[in-house]
Amino acid sequence: MTTRPSPALIAIAALVYVFLVGPLVIVIGASLSDTTYLTFPPQGLSLRWFENIFEITAFRRTIVTSLQIAFLSTGLALLIGIPAAYALNRYRIQLPSWLSTVFVLPILVPEIVLGFSLLKSVAVGASFPIFVSLLIGHTLLVLPYCVRVISASLASFDFSIEEAAISLGSPPAKTFFTIVLPNVRAGVIAAFILAFITSINDVSTSLFLTGPGISTLPIQILAHVEQFFDPTIASVSVLLMFLTVAVMAIVERTLGLTFLAK
Amino acid sequence: MLKRYTGWTLALPATLLVTLFLVLPVAATIATTFADAKGVLAPYLAFFASGFRRTVLWRTLEISLATTAISLVLGFLTAYVVARAPGRMKSVLIIAAVFPLLTGVVVRSFAWLIILGKNGILNNVLVGIGVTDEPFSMLYTQGSVIVAMVYLFTPLMILTLVGVLENIPEDVLQASASLGASPSATFRQVVFPLAVPGLIVGAVLVFTGSFTSYATPQLLGGERQMMMGTFLYQRAMVNFDWVGASTIAAIMVVITVAVVLAMTRIAKRLNPMTT
Repeated sequence: MTTRPSPALIAIAALVYVFLVGPLVIVIGASLSDTTYLTFPPQGLSLRWFENIFEITAFRRTIVTSLQIAFLSTGLALLIGIPAAYALNRYRIQLPSWLSTVFVLPILVPEIVLGFSLLKSVAVGASFPIFVSLLIGHTLLVLPYCVRVISASLASFDFSIEEAAISLGSPPAKTFFTIVLPNVRAGVIAAFILAFITSINDVSTSLFLTGPGISTLPIQILAHVEQFFDPTIASVSVLLMFLTVAVMAIVERTLGLTFLAK
Repeated sequence: MLKRYTGWTLALPATLLVTLFLVLPVAATIATTFADAKGVLAPYLAFFASGFRRTVLWRTLEISLATTAISLVLGFLTAYVVARAPGRMKSVLIIAAVFPLLTGVVVRSFAWLIILGKNGILNNVLVGIGVTDEPFSMLYTQGSVIVAMVYLFTPLMILTLVGVLENIPEDVLQASASLGASPSATFRQVVFPLAVPGLIVGAVLVFTGSFTSYATPQLLGGERQMMMGTFLYQRAMVNFDWVGASTIAAIMVVITVAVVLAMTRIAKRLNPMTT
């Protein structure tokens, strides 16, 4: 094989991987330290900083809000994103070509500008409650993932199967749920996971959409770091990482991970 | 006749959501900057007249360009190795790149606070091996922001480029070799030109991502290394200067959209597969 990379290149790649994984190992290590300050390697092993997360009301409350917003926004985005993706594929001739661009606008517009604009026009201008504004922001944020990933699955779906079912007398709505949807199941799951992770980790959009008693976990972490520099932050970070691992384990089980590189 | 509108009906909720809550609010934000009592372009003149604000914009461009350049090089070299790795090794390497990407920005930036802090790991090591007696202050410098941003965006670059490099047919590389090109000549004259469109896509993702970032400059740059994102937040939520904040927002939108459009056009022109 003439295309095998040289040892020097392999060494560089190995160093890059150490650079990528190292910091995460450090956060995990620091979260287990028995000291009252952040340190690595950990001195003494203890889980007390994990217990401490739940003793801080602000963390307890924001974990709940983050999970609520992540599930609700992902659900809503799928609810409106699946029909949109279906329309883009099934009714391509009917719809203008720019319509698919509309659904990726939330990726093109800087998140922080979206957050600020929602605060100005929706939360303050139209007096929407903060929670609702936050939910709208996150639904917008995750919509492009839902539409694009499901669109990609639908692109390889053979619509003549659907037509066959309809011509045999199956009502269109029933056909969609029993024939089309099961065939793009993998796409729906992938979209769910990407959307959920995007929402739960978001900072820039949520930044402006927090109010008395309502904040998300990443925003609370940012606020906490500015006042205290203790291992609680490391342990709450690890908690967020575990959520990611759990979600990735589901992907690995259902789909295999290589699709993420596409 | 109902059938003619089925497509529109299905796409309507998502279209409405984007129009009502993204297009209109963002347009309104930009519109306020042109409706200032002091004159049509007054907020922009004020922005560019202030040395401090120009510095923030310039610093943001500088940091984003440096981040893009460094992660392009690291990402390309790594992706080349990943794309040619044997089957199972390749999946492991891809998972190892995906995992940091799925970990939040806050967590990954925070990791660098532990590493670069005054009593951080790097300083402990440097003092330990006797490089220095006094710990360096590495936080709140341009360097610390760039390091954390490169860390943030390199996985994205690797994943984008692995996809592109995998699509280069093995035959092309063998043809190059059988015609007498050395491995490094093949790399420079065949692999690289074919990867250019992918490099551009990656560069756009990283540039716009770093140009509009908030959490990383906030944690690792602080007040001293203010960037457009942190500056927007400060104007809006600390000074309640909404016109000023909207001006920053408008400049961010214009620069991001211009970069995306220009680079997409260049990518199309440079793609050797289409010409």
